[in-house]
Amino acid sequence: MQTVQRRTLPLRLPRVRPGGVLPILAILAVLVVLVGIRQPDFLAPPSLMSFLGRSAPIILLAAGQYFVIVSGEFDLSVGSLVTAQVVVAARLIDGDPTRTWPVVLLLLAFGALVGLVNGLITTRLRVPSFITTLGMFLILVGAVYLWSDGAPKGGLSEEFRRFGRRAFEDVPVLGRVPYALLVLVVLAVAAVLLMRSDFGRTLVAVGDNPRTAELSGVRVWRTRTFAFILSGLAAAVAAILLGGYSGVSFQAGAGLEFGAITAVVLGGVALGGGRGAVVGAMLGALTLELLFALMNFYGVSGALRSTVQGAIILLAVAVSASRSSSR
Amino acid sequence: MAALAAVTLLSLAACATDEPGASPSGSATAAGSGTGEQSKFFVQADYDAELALLTAAPTGPADKPWEQVLNPTMVDTAKFKKSGPHKICFSNAALNNPWRQVGFKTMQAEVEAQKSRIKEFVHVDAEGKDQKQIADINDLLGKGCDALIVSPNTTATLTPAVEAACQAGLPVVVFDRGVNTKCPVTFINPIGGYGFGHVGAEFVSQKMKPGGKVLALRILPGVDVLETRWSAAKVAFDKAKVDVVGVEFTDGDPAKTKKIVDDYIQRYGTIDGVWMDAGAVAVAAVEAFQDAGKPVPPMNGEDQLDFLKIWKDKKLTAIAPTYPTYQWRTPIIAALRILDGQQVSSPWKLPQPTVTQDNLDQYLDAGMPPLHYAMCGCTDLPGYPQRWK
Repeated sequence: MQTVQRRTLPLRLPRVRPGGVLPILAILAVLVVLVGIRQPDFLAPPSLMSFLGRSAPIILLAAGQYFVIVSGEFDLSVGSLVTAQVVVAARLIDGDPTRTWPVVLLLLAFGALVGLVNGLITTRLRVPSFITTLGMFLILVGAVYLWSDGAPKGGLSEEFRRFGRRAFEDVPVLGRVPYALLVLVVLAVAAVLLMRSDFGRTLVAVGDNPRTAELSGVRVWRTRTFAFILSGLAAAVAAILLGGYSGVSFQAGAGLEFGAITAVVLGGVALGGGRGAVVGAMLGALTLELLFALMNFYGVSGALRSTVQGAIILLAVAVSASRSSSR
Repeated sequence: MAALAAVTLLSLAACATDEPGASPSGSATAAGSGTGEQSKFFVQADYDAELALLTAAPTGPADKPWEQVLNPTMVDTAKFKKSGPHKICFSNAALNNPWRQVGFKTMQAEVEAQKSRIKEFVHVDAEGKDQKQIADINDLLGKGCDALIVSPNTTATLTPAVEAACQAGLPVVVFDRGVNTKCPVTFINPIGGYGFGHVGAEFVSQKMKPGGKVLALRILPGVDVLETRWSAAKVAFDKAKVDVVGVEFTDGDPAKTKKIVDDYIQRYGTIDGVWMDAGAVAVAAVEAFQDAGKPVPPMNGEDQLDFLKIWKDKKLTAIAPTYPTYQWRTPIIAALRILDGQQVSSPWKLPQPTVTQDNLDQYLDAGMPPLHYAMCGCTDLPGYPQRWK
């Protein structure tokens, strides 16, 4: 509960502590400097804006994953959920612009429903979330394959794609501001406000010590289920942005759950729950994307990305484990 | 708990990210000429033969390329003569991409067009699994088929199953990917991968600015029909002394393609030519240039309608070599001819047309869906166009 009390004093000067955002800010700053040395053009407003727009989906997924992880669970289903959403959207829209908004609403509902199912199975049936969401992952992969005969059908309308592809042009100073970036900013602010509300404090308390939370009158299952729903909603928004960015693809979401979890861990959030800030998780995702951009500028093969992600997750978990044992 | 979590995540990521082809790209880009080592699938004699076929004149009706043959060598089929109507069986490798979907619909339509002569058409989908296809072929042998058509999933693994079918005494027709045996009555396919790869690479190296940078996009390594495409392109690029700055694997995924192309635009400022071994990701590559505010360089795609449409709308400098889907009509025609005791060519090499700026309008049908293949040769078949939508 210590952490929770600290969280109620957000204006205190930040200092290095488990779950704080200072380490990730430092890493991010180093990467920005390295990118600036190698490819100064990248930091010019137009390319920086498009980079942030492109990174919006994974940042949102990291935020969604944060809610689940900080409450002490995992969500491995988000990647396949994104794929399913993109394939479903393409088939339902089938190039017809008038279906854009109904399908967007349907996707959000579908995301929330998958989260609800994940949450209820985990909390009410007491299936470990690893297994629940791994099962959901496989179910969604199989269902999409079955439903589409293994090849995506239909197409997304331009109206649907603009969220992930288009931008406000000719903005003073910044040049062009991708819609995806605006969506990200709005939802990031909402996520921070949510974590500062009673719900946010409860969520962290549940992850820190579910027993204590239960005894102090929190309905743990309800809180955790809500976290899964938030993750499903984040996946729905990410799917809308990703589908817009690149069109229909059978691998739109492949590996995203892993990217999101890496980002969350990199952002100083403890696996197992109870520690860490949503801002840290989102900065973690941004840092990861910037690291990949840097690797690209140095001509490092894209194949190494999974290796780097794996190394980061092991390192971050090891660091966090050694810290918590000395807590 | 946390350590267990990390390990499980790692193993999950290994299967979830699915990047079979990604690893060799580093070595390919590191080599001096930019194109790397020649593929171990490259066979000079086959390459020479295919390039010669590109200019060969086909025999057969000019308006029905699926009945045409390049350099025919006829074989006798009198021993298979049988009175109809017939039961024709088809063991299909998979239906898991738009090319196979369009092709199979075309084949079904051909069966319908010939319904007076075909009493039953049995189709078994192996879902991309060798083991299932071996079992499928074995099952079909006990079903009283008059002729067996096989589109093998992989060459080496399916060879014994096809040999077993030949020994059962019924005529076997193989198409698309081949097998390592001469026992089928005929093997039907278009000119092939060398021709495809060469046409695209030659166009890109001629149209781009001299000394410019080329990005080569490949689906995945180790598949013969795709390796031949790349190896012919490599020969053309090496000959033209083009600077190939990257050879990347896309898994045929537009999202990954767009990211890769965007990465290269960021890294080099501009890319002057794009070559690809299959057209499924062509539109994603075009979009990457558009979204980065760069002119789309000379490139090749394939005959998928989404690419043909963006080519015309955006006035691209482009070419589309094809691996025509009309080849799915030919096995039915061949099987019926064999059951009539007529001679057929073995191998049956089909012409492989190229979509160019000059004939683009002829192939661009705005009414068809974006993932349709223009070279389906299906406009005269029953159910067109609804069946393909």
